[in-house]
Amino acid sequence: MVRELKITPIKNGTVIDHIGNGLALDVLRIVGVQTLDKDSTVSVALHVRSGKLGWKDILKVENMELSPRKVNAIALIAPTATISIIRDFKVQEKRTVDLPDRIVGVLRCPNLNCITNQPEPIESEFTVLRRRPVLLACAYCERQVDDFLHHLA
Amino acid sequence: MSLHGRDVISIRDLSREEIESIVADARRMIPYAEGRKVMRSLEDKIVAMAFFEPSTRTRLSFESAVARLGGRSLTIADPGSTSLKKGESLNDTIRMLSAYADAIVLRHPNEGSARLAARASDKPVLNAGDGAGQHPTQTLLDLATMQEAFGTLSGLRVVLLGDLKYGRTVHSLAYALALFGAELVLSAPPTLRLPDEVRDQLEHMGAKLVEEDQLHRAIRDADILYVTRIQRERFPDEGEYQKVAGSYRIDNAVLAGAKPRLIVLHPLPRAGEIAPEVDATPHAAYFRQAFLAVPVRMALLNAILGPAKGKRGG
Repeated sequence: MVRELKITPIKNGTVIDHIGNGLALDVLRIVGVQTLDKDSTVSVALHVRSGKLGWKDILKVENMELSPRKVNAIALIAPTATISIIRDFKVQEKRTVDLPDRIVGVLRCPNLNCITNQPEPIESEFTVLRRRPVLLACAYCERQVDDFLHHLA
Repeated sequence: MSLHGRDVISIRDLSREEIESIVADARRMIPYAEGRKVMRSLEDKIVAMAFFEPSTRTRLSFESAVARLGGRSLTIADPGSTSLKKGESLNDTIRMLSAYADAIVLRHPNEGSARLAARASDKPVLNAGDGAGQHPTQTLLDLATMQEAFGTLSGLRVVLLGDLKYGRTVHSLAYALALFGAELVLSAPPTLRLPDEVRDQLEHMGAKLVEEDQLHRAIRDADILYVTRIQRERFPDEGEYQKVAGSYRIDNAVLAGAKPRLIVLHPLPRAGEIAPEVDATPHAAYFRQAFLAVPVRMALLNAILGPAKGKRGG
C-alpha cells in the first residue's frame, strides 16, 4: 500500500476516504479545523488514484470523531465518502455515509424569507424528495435545494 | 380521514376526497353564509385570528365565517399591538394563543411560519397566507367557484394567466387542479413563466400542460380564465414591474373569442388586469368568488372544529 504511505497513519481519529475528486477541502470545512484538538494533525490527500472512482480525495484527522450532523453534511456534498474510525492504529468501524429521510440543523434554507432564517427557537429541517441526485425541500417553506455547499449552516 | 382537529397549512395536506367534501359542504353553507338560515355549530368555540400582515379580505371573511357558525373570534390585526413588537418569537406567541383559543388562523409575512405555528400549537392551525408561500383556503374558494359554475371539477380546461412565477397561490391552484385531471393552459410574460420545479411536479402528477403566450388562442377553448395579480412587491426593481404590469388586460374585445360559458376568476384586488366593462358580462365570476370565501371558510372551520362527524344531529 505505497499510496497510503503518502500520508502518515494515525493512532486515533477518523479517516474519510473515497471523497469525490476535489471535494476534500469542502469536507474539511464541515469537519471544522477550528474545533480540533491543538495537537491534532490533519492530512489532506488530493487527486489520489482510486479503483472505484478513478480519482479521489482522502482526509485524515487525528483525535476526532464526527458527530451525526457532520456525517449528514458530508453525505450531502460527498455521497461516495466512507468513514473509518481509527483506535490505536486499527480500524474500529468503517461505514458509508447514508442520508437520513430528515436532515436537521445541517443546512440553512436558501429562502431568506423562510421562518427558519428568523430568530425563532427552531432548527432548519429538510426532507429528502429525491436521492439520486439529491433534492431536498425545506420542511417549513417547501423551498427546494440541490446546491448544498453554499447553504451549510 | 376526518378533518376534525387537523391543521391546514398547504393544499397538499388535503386529499382529493377531502377537497371535494369541503367544496360540497361549502355549497350547503351558502344560505347560512347569507344569514337566511342559522347555524350554531361553533357556539362554544373561540378562534384566534393572528394577522401579522395587513389583509382585510381574508381576515373579515374568516371572522364572518366564525360569527355565522355562532363562534367568537379573538383578533390580532395590528402586529404593532402585540409582544412581537417587543421581540417575542412567533413560536411563543402561538403557544400563548393556543392556550386562549380552540383554533388559530394565521397570516404572517414569512414563508413556513404556518408550519412552525402548527408545530408550536396543540390546537389546529389554518394557514391564511404565509408570505409568498401557501394560502390553501384561497385555493379552496377558487375550486368552489369552479364547481358552482360547472357542476364538476373534473376535466376542466383552465387558463392560468399572468404571474406564474412568484404567485404561489397559482401554484397551489395548479396542484389542486392537477388532482382533478384539469388541462392547464399557461399564459405568462416571458419573465414570469411557471418555475421548472413546479412544472415537473405537475407533469409527474399527470396534468396536461400547454404553454400559449397568445391570449386569444389560450382562451379559445377554455372553461375558466384565472387571472393573477402581478405583485409589485415581488419585483426587484420598478422598471421590471412596469414592463410586465401592462402586458395583459382582459376586456370585452379579448373575451369576444371565448366560449359563452367561460368564467373569469381573479383573487382580487385587481389592479388593471380586468377592465371594469367585463363586470357586467356573464363571464365575470370574481365577485361571486369573493363571496364564496365565507361559505368555504365556514365549511372548513366546521369540519375542523364543529361536532365530530357521525355525532352531528340533522
